[in-house]
Parts: sequence; structure tokens; C-alpha cells
Amino acid sequence: MHDKQVRRRRAVLALLVVVSLILLSTYFGEADSGPLHSVQRGIVTIFSPIQKGASTLLTPVRDIAGFFSSTFHAKDQVAQLRSENQKLLGEVAAYRAADIQNQQLRADIKLNDSIGISNYRPVSASIIGSDPSLWYDQIYVSAGSDQGVSTGQPVIGEGGLVGLVTVVTADQSTVSLITDHTIEIGAEVEDGVGNVGVLQPQVGNPNELVLSDLPTTANVQNQDLVVTAGFHYGKLASYYPPDIPIGVVSNANEVTLASSGQVQVKPVVDLHTLDVVEILTKPHPGTTSASVLP
Amino acid sequence: MNVPPSFVIRLVALGLLAVVIQVAAVSQISIFGVSADLSPLVVMSVGLLAGSITGALMGFGMGLLVDLLLVQTLGVTSLLYIFIGFWSGRLRELRDPAHELVPLGMGAAATAVAGIGMALIQFLLGVDAPVSFLLVQQIFLTVLVNSLISLPVFALVRRALTPALPDDPRRRRRRRYTTGGLSPLKRPSEGLGGSAGVMSR
Repeated sequence: MHDKQVRRRRAVLALLVVVSLILLSTYFGEADSGPLHSVQRGIVTIFSPIQKGASTLLTPVRDIAGFFSSTFHAKDQVAQLRSENQKLLGEVAAYRAADIQNQQLRADIKLNDSIGISNYRPVSASIIGSDPSLWYDQIYVSAGSDQGVSTGQPVIGEGGLVGLVTVVTADQSTVSLITDHTIEIGAEVEDGVGNVGVLQPQVGNPNELVLSDLPTTANVQNQDLVVTAGFHYGKLASYYPPDIPIGVVSNANEVTLASSGQVQVKPVVDLHTLDVVEILTKPHPGTTSASVLP
Repeated sequence: MNVPPSFVIRLVALGLLAVVIQVAAVSQISIFGVSADLSPLVVMSVGLLAGSITGALMGFGMGLLVDLLLVQTLGVTSLLYIFIGFWSGRLRELRDPAHELVPLGMGAAATAVAGIGMALIQFLLGVDAPVSFLLVQQIFLTVLVNSLISLPVFALVRRALTPALPDDPRRRRRRRYTTGGLSPLKRPSEGLGGSAGVMSR
């Protein structure tokens, strides 16, 4: 009797492990249109309304916890923000002067640069869930193919880049955040020269990104803004339109920059306190044109 | 092994509820910069309460649900949770731990296995992005946060499953021992003059 129990226990364990390994290898090896991926999308579609309902129902719980969390966080930030505020007031004055000059120059060369966010056909979506895993930095949002969303569309929120749509069902999408290890972004440093590099996350450090492949002679400073490069090369184009803020340089170590062409970047958006995002459903409107007066 | 249908229904409902609450609320609450992960705690609790086979099956089912709903690589989480459920159940079968703090230790161990195991599998599958040493800190903090909530989670799972748990002589014996204050070898009736009844038979 005891032997039978032991055999049954081992058989169940072995069977479950083998099934898991088969699932893992099949899923990992198949394309996005494969059967397991399709089943996964189907299950997500079925559970989507439940998830939305639960998200709405549990909003007060989330808000209360968020209130306490942000209160503690805010206390730590007061001194830092005051000093930043002083610095920014000075910068605003300089930018106002530059803006006036910019308007005059645009009028002179008849620049038709009408690309605002509205030209990218943004679709608003609220966040209905997020992934607890340290490895998958993903959020789930309440807009899907019915609202014109498809995979590969950039997502923005609170004035900066949030991530990329990676899975879409009829009324829900999965967004891989810029801190997810599968995401790489062509990025440009607003350092006067416009040095371009590749922005990658650091697994295990959700508050920092690494901008690599910069010229080793680049003169990048702390607090320089980093934006999407939005490159076009023939028919190839970046997923992201140009000039969307991503982060600010947080650590431009001269030695690291000279040896490996890397700097640390802190995202401008607090990715873990977002409530609403915008999905850019037409990221390449192609309306930029410029002509210089003869 | 006779498993009552009501027990299976409760397990399925528990798994679904835990994953939905995890995704919709718990994942969005940050404590020490990380969020708690209910699912390894639920699997551990089921293993501790219902044994190794049930624990492994619950681990597989819940892991698969997590992978499906969170759009992760299928099979990764189920593989890890099978071992968490199985070994929690084996601990119960081999040692029958009765100390109230056992779920706390097991919760920490289950979360550590889930965190370290996930890291190992991801490395095996290949990671293009640079990996920070802060990952170790993040895993440690998640273990800490999960340890803090493991006792209430275990209590809730026990409350949900106890009415439907299959009859277990070990549980029956422990209940008699703790409630009567008598030796498990001695029937309550014996201590209340039950010997007369035995003699009259």
C-alpha cells in the first residue's frame, strides 16, 4: 500500500514536470501566431472583463495603499524637489527667450512642423493590472484592437515614454514597459550634438536604464534629457516617433563613457504609479516638411 | 485518493481569485519598492494543508494560469510552483509541523524558490539586457514582504479549504489532541469514566 502511494506520488510529479517542460519548449520555439500563443490570447480575452471588473472593484484598496506609499515617498523627495525647482526656474527663463527666437525662425523658414501628440492618434486607456514578476515588467490596459490598437505601437503617459504594445486582444492590451528586459529603444541625448545610442533596461533595477553605444568622445552631462531618436532607414522605421522624452541622464561617468560608451538614465515617468496611458495608434504620420525661402 | 468535488471547486476558485486579485490590486501596491506575490504563498498553503500530490497539482494549475493571464512564457511558472506545492506537501507528510510560524518560514522559502528559480530559467532562456546585482536585493525584498503576509494568506486559505478537505486521520488525531488536552492514545470517554462502558460491553 505504501509502495503504491510512493509510486503514484512520483508518477504525478514526473508527469507534471514533463508537461511543463513540453509547454515551455513548445511555447519558446513557436512563432507569435502559434497554437499556444493563440490559446493564451484567447484566455486573456475571456478573462479581460473579469480583470476589468476586479480592477474597478479594488480601486479603493489600491488608492489607500497608494496614499500611504506616496506619503512616505513624498517626505523623502521634498528637499530634493526644492533644489530642483530653484534650478528649473532659471532654466525656464532661458527657454522662454529661446522659444521666442524659435517662433521667429520658424516663421522665417516656413517650417510646417505640426506634429503634436494628437497627430499620432492617441487612444486613452486605463491600467487594469500589472505583472508581479521581477522579470516581466508589463502592464495591462483597457484598450484593444476594437479601439484601433495593434502590436508595436508606442505608449506614453505623464509626459514621457512608457513602453510598447506587445499583445492585443479585442478590448485589452499588454504593454511591455521600457524597463522590461525585452525592450530596446533608439534614443538621442539632448546635449546640443544629438548623440544617439541604444537604451536598454537593467534587469533587477527598475529605476534605471542604460544608454549604450554612445560615441566614447560624447560630452554627455548629468540631467541631459534623453528622447526617442525615431529613426527612418528606407522602409525601416523605429516603433517610436522622434522627440518623446524618455528620461534624464542620472550618471554620466566620464571613465565609463570613454571606455564603454554608456551612461545611466532615469525614466521621467514613474512607471509604477500610472493610472492612465495613451497609445499612439499612428506613430508615423509623416507630416513633417520644411522649405526654405529662396 | 478520494477527493470530494467540493474540494476541487474550492481549489479552482481559490486559484482564480488569487491571480485576479494579484494582477488587479496587489501588483500595483509597492512596499519597499517591490510588490507582494500571492501565488507562491497560496500554492505553499495548499501543499501544507492538503499534501504533496494536491500541492503539486495546485502548483501546476496556478502556475499555468499565471503564465496564461500574464502573457509569460508558458510552463515556466508552473514548473517552479509544482516543486513549491510538492515540497510543502512533503513537509506536512514527513514532519507534520504544528508550529504556528511554519507558514512564515515556508512562505519565505517558497518565494525564494520562485524568485531564484525564475532568474535561473530566464538566464537559461537567454537575456539580452544587462542584469543588475540589484536583482538579488529585489528578490530578498520580495521574500521579506511575502514573509510578512504569509501568515494571513495561510489563515485565509485554511479557512477557505478546511470545510472541504478530504478526511485525514492525522488531522483528526491532532484536533483531538489539541482540543481535549489528552494523549492521542487515550479516548476522551476513557477520561470521563468511559472504562465502565468498555467493561459493560
